[in-house]
Amino acid sequence: MNKVSVTDLNLYYGSRHILKHVNLEIRERTVMALMGPSGCGKSSFLRCINRMNDLAGDSRVEGQILVDGENVYDRGVDTSLLRKKVGMVFQQPVPFPMSIYDNVAYGPRAHGIRGRSRLEKIVVQALEDASLYGEVRDRLGRPAAGLSGGQKQRLCIARALAVSPGVLLMDEPTSALDPASTLKIEELIRKLGKKLTVVIVTHNIQQAMRLADDAALFLDGELVEWGSSGQIFLRPRDKRTRQYMAGRL
Amino acid sequence: MTGNPYTLHRRQIRPLELFGRAAIYGASSLSVFLLLGILCYIFWRGSRTVNVDFLTSVTSALKQTVGIGGNLVNTLYIAILTLLVAMPVGVGAAVYLDEYMSEGRGKALVEWAIEILAGVPSVVFGLFGMAFFGGVLHMGYSLLNGALTLCCMVLPLVVRNTQEALRAVPAEYRWGALGVGASRWHMVRTVLLPAARPGIVTGMILALGRIVGESAALLFTAGSGRFLPGLGRGIYRDLQALAGKVVCSGGTIAVELYLQMQSGRYEVAFGAACVLLVLVFIMQVLLRAVAGKGRRDE
Repeated sequence: MNKVSVTDLNLYYGSRHILKHVNLEIRERTVMALMGPSGCGKSSFLRCINRMNDLAGDSRVEGQILVDGENVYDRGVDTSLLRKKVGMVFQQPVPFPMSIYDNVAYGPRAHGIRGRSRLEKIVVQALEDASLYGEVRDRLGRPAAGLSGGQKQRLCIARALAVSPGVLLMDEPTSALDPASTLKIEELIRKLGKKLTVVIVTHNIQQAMRLADDAALFLDGELVEWGSSGQIFLRPRDKRTRQYMAGRL
Repeated sequence: MTGNPYTLHRRQIRPLELFGRAAIYGASSLSVFLLLGILCYIFWRGSRTVNVDFLTSVTSALKQTVGIGGNLVNTLYIAILTLLVAMPVGVGAAVYLDEYMSEGRGKALVEWAIEILAGVPSVVFGLFGMAFFGGVLHMGYSLLNGALTLCCMVLPLVVRNTQEALRAVPAEYRWGALGVGASRWHMVRTVLLPAARPGIVTGMILALGRIVGESAALLFTAGSGRFLPGLGRGIYRDLQALAGKVVCSGGTIAVELYLQMQSGRYEVAFGAACVLLVLVFIMQVLLRAVAGKGRRDE
């Protein structure tokens, strides 16, 4: 069974039809890249998976998204538990105005973990998984605001990893970063893709080629085509995919 | 005259621009001088009245003393009591409006009501306080009545400023917290309110200014009592005396100032004005220091 399974998903903001009949399977322990021009609905789709779209007042969803076989839009689903399982990293690397330690410990604390030694273990592990521990080990108590942009983004990744999600959603995580930081984050994403399921939104085709096991292309709210990255990048079936790869869309 | 069209030197001074600049500088320096002038005049007239006796004694024909000690205590009393009630209610209302209530007619209605409430003249709050808290709830002329009346008056101020502060918090803070599965209330408590604190404190300081300077809303609610509680008889008795004051009538410095002015004793009024100004200044500094601290990591 696939980790995330999307069937006939429609998303509306008010009367605007944002996503149209999307069907997509995301395999466990892979990196899935969602591509497409701005405004094509790829970020909105990402936000459907952990129901962050609920925050936009007038959004409406039809269809189903199964995560580990459970429909996330079922009545009675606790979004808190859902988002613990399906973590998210955003475009702007904005840690909370707290210490590095408190940033990472935020999630576990929100879920009721209190013991100091237990928290510390989780924080160190999350920072290590985010390839940040070596750089911040001697200043965990210092404000996160003192970190560089790339470090902040890895801190945000550590913050998401600290509640041990099975799926990590990443919304253009490198588009606010310089090339060197981008490279580090990409290495990290490849590493994470072996342990958990990563879904990354990117408008950068090269990045998608470097990272993805599977890829999908969105245009105007429609899922044009999806499949293994070898197939999508080398032998696209749809004419529009070929055009997009050639930079003509 | 040079023929070079690319010279960096301006060839002419535009008269309209010159006039505009003069007007702007004139207006801004005028407002500064006006403020300084008023302050200097008040302190000059008042300084002759203000001394230790003036600050610690109570105006009494019997003892032949003139002082605003009682009013000073009343002012602090009402300010603290009002903020104690208005801050939790106001901040709570703002959080509910901005973070929980969905956009729509209900929210628009509440915000409209707050807008209207903010524009109501303070003397109308005084009338309401006298009739409702004083009459219906039998509080009479009391510090409690005054504080509750002022609560109604400053509530819109607190709500508005808190809302502004909450809206200025980056969306990423909310997403980050909710994205790891924090509940909404946990997010509000641990991320939103701390991040919004400077703005909330600003609202508190504005409210404080209104409270300390108010006379119309207090004259017929808190009244004009001047007495000092009998203090200095042990902590327990002192606390009892202070707590008992809540049901007594008590005029703030601003009310006393108004009454003295009305009876033509201008020197006393100017003395009270001096004390009032210094008090506002001290309270602002203290509030900033106490409530605004711990924001180094911005």
